[in-house]
Amino acid sequence: MTDPTDAPLLEVRDLQVHFDTEGGTFRAVDGVSFSVRRGATLGIVGESGCGKSVTSLGVMRLIPRPPGRYAGGEVLFEGKDILKLSENEMRKLRGGRMGMIFQEPMTSLNPVYTIGDQIIESLRAHGWKDKAKARARAIEMLDLVRLPSPETRVDDFPHQLSGGQRQRVMIALALANDPELLIADEPTTALDVTIQAQILELMRDLRERTGSAIVLITHDLGVVAETCDDVVVMYAGKVVEKAPVADLFASAQHPYTLGLMAAVPRLDARTDRLETIPGSVPPPYLQLPGCRFAGRCPLATDHCRSAPPPLKEIGPGRAVACWRAPIEEAAA
Amino acid sequence: MISTITDRLLLSIPVLFGVLLFGFLLLQLVPGDPAQVVAGPMAAPDVVEAIRVQMGLDQPMIYQFWAYLERMAQGDMGRSMISNKAVTEELWSAIGPTVELMVACLFWSVPLGIAMGTLAAVLRGSLVDRFIMGLSVAGVSLPIFFIGLLAVQYFGVLWFQLPFIGRGGPLWSAEGLLHLILPAVSLGAIMIGPVARMTRSSVLEVLKLDHVRTARAKGLTETQVILRHGLRNALIPVVTLIGLQAGYLLGGAVVTETIFSWPGIGRLTVGAILSSDFTVAQGAILVFALAFIIINLIVDILYSLLDPRVRR
Repeated sequence: MTDPTDAPLLEVRDLQVHFDTEGGTFRAVDGVSFSVRRGATLGIVGESGCGKSVTSLGVMRLIPRPPGRYAGGEVLFEGKDILKLSENEMRKLRGGRMGMIFQEPMTSLNPVYTIGDQIIESLRAHGWKDKAKARARAIEMLDLVRLPSPETRVDDFPHQLSGGQRQRVMIALALANDPELLIADEPTTALDVTIQAQILELMRDLRERTGSAIVLITHDLGVVAETCDDVVVMYAGKVVEKAPVADLFASAQHPYTLGLMAAVPRLDARTDRLETIPGSVPPPYLQLPGCRFAGRCPLATDHCRSAPPPLKEIGPGRAVACWRAPIEEAAA
Repeated sequence: MISTITDRLLLSIPVLFGVLLFGFLLLQLVPGDPAQVVAGPMAAPDVVEAIRVQMGLDQPMIYQFWAYLERMAQGDMGRSMISNKAVTEELWSAIGPTVELMVACLFWSVPLGIAMGTLAAVLRGSLVDRFIMGLSVAGVSLPIFFIGLLAVQYFGVLWFQLPFIGRGGPLWSAEGLLHLILPAVSLGAIMIGPVARMTRSSVLEVLKLDHVRTARAKGLTETQVILRHGLRNALIPVVTLIGLQAGYLLGGAVVTETIFSWPGIGRLTVGAILSSDFTVAQGAILVFALAFIIINLIVDILYSLLDPRVRR
């Protein structure tokens, strides 16, 4: 075997997740590929509805079926395709070696059980037989995510905690069984800015301590710049650009990525209006022959509108799906 | 917990007062003269008048109400105008059978309704779901007297010869249990439909919530997810519904007891009203109101056991 830190822990290859609706097939995730190494953080960015949450649920095999279905591709966890696992084997991974944090801390915990019971339940589903030990572990996890006085708060119900505290509990829950892979779907979106920073720092800390890999789903480029090693930019169910984080911010290649960056308000430039990308994401059931971004792209040509651009390598760890790439600085 | 119960008990005092007032006024409004009833249809007018004075019926209404409250406070509900037995005695002997009937009815209908509703929710859209929902629509729409008559016809006469007249004895005797089956089944039939429907929609609602996804992401089995994170949360509105349905159940008990000659409070009430036995009817109304208050108290306690957010 090669050095385990070099082999990707999670590799997603050409994942296709479709939803069958009355209006037709909705390709929420359409040929997405990426990989994460141990100890690294991968950011998946894109605006609402681009398929980033579906991708993360897809990796956990939590897509509601029906109406969702896996239409193709592989999700390799340590080289094994988890889409081929039995429901029983998958259950052992979920909450065990793969943890997930959801976007909505206010509603992601069950209101009728104490937070301790909810963590203990996860521990007991993954081999912790002894109740007292599991409880001690739950308190240890709450302490790890810096919930104040965890020995007493372990018996609190979710409604007795604030949003930020609940998200800490969610993180404690996701990390309780020492997962090797942590998927965080917009973990800070519902929280206010100061709490956001604390949660991100907490996740960074935990990664350093446990060496797990993190997939961070977000629409916030600031969060990406601060926490990620590599970035995948998604648009309308497809990956449009992939790059190490420094490269992406230094020289983004896809017009969509450039548009996203221009839309981030800056403190050092005075503008009256915020930049926007004109138009909106095309409806997902629409089968466009060409690049899905062409309708909103300032650089689009007839060729863009008639043929879908492939994701092509343009450097080490870098790829972009655009006929016009590489884009010169002037065009941006 | 304790404070919830105390709050509820204190709140029931004005309710009780209202019920006493209502029971009192109701009997002032209904046709029929109590003095005439006591004296008998052939009594001479001066005898009726004497009885009227003796019963205090010639006094102003407000005075009568005060006297009524005074007697009530001493636990004296008066005597039956027909049998001349103490009303409390009449009521007391009828409460046991009714409680027996209610408990037996809830004992089978609520668990079955919840199980059916959960099954229908989990198998949403399947034949099983449609069958269960069909049954529950039938349960909701068939009037209880009709269900009772069907039960007598098929289970009492044609198929099984189960007893359907009166109470067979104490609950712990075989005869007592056998006699309880048909009344409890008929009365429970009106409970199953609403409980199953409410459970189904409530479970469906809960299974869509974010915390159920969290439960799945923890690696729980689907059964654990449905029972611990679906049904457990879905029971909260179901308990409320059962509390509300208890009103129908009390009404249903009147009909069921009449059909099956069950010696309970419902039959006593009907008999009292038909024979213009005002004192017994008044007492029975009070018992029904008390039953309602107690049921709602139980619902409130269950509610706070089920939902930590309402606990204080």
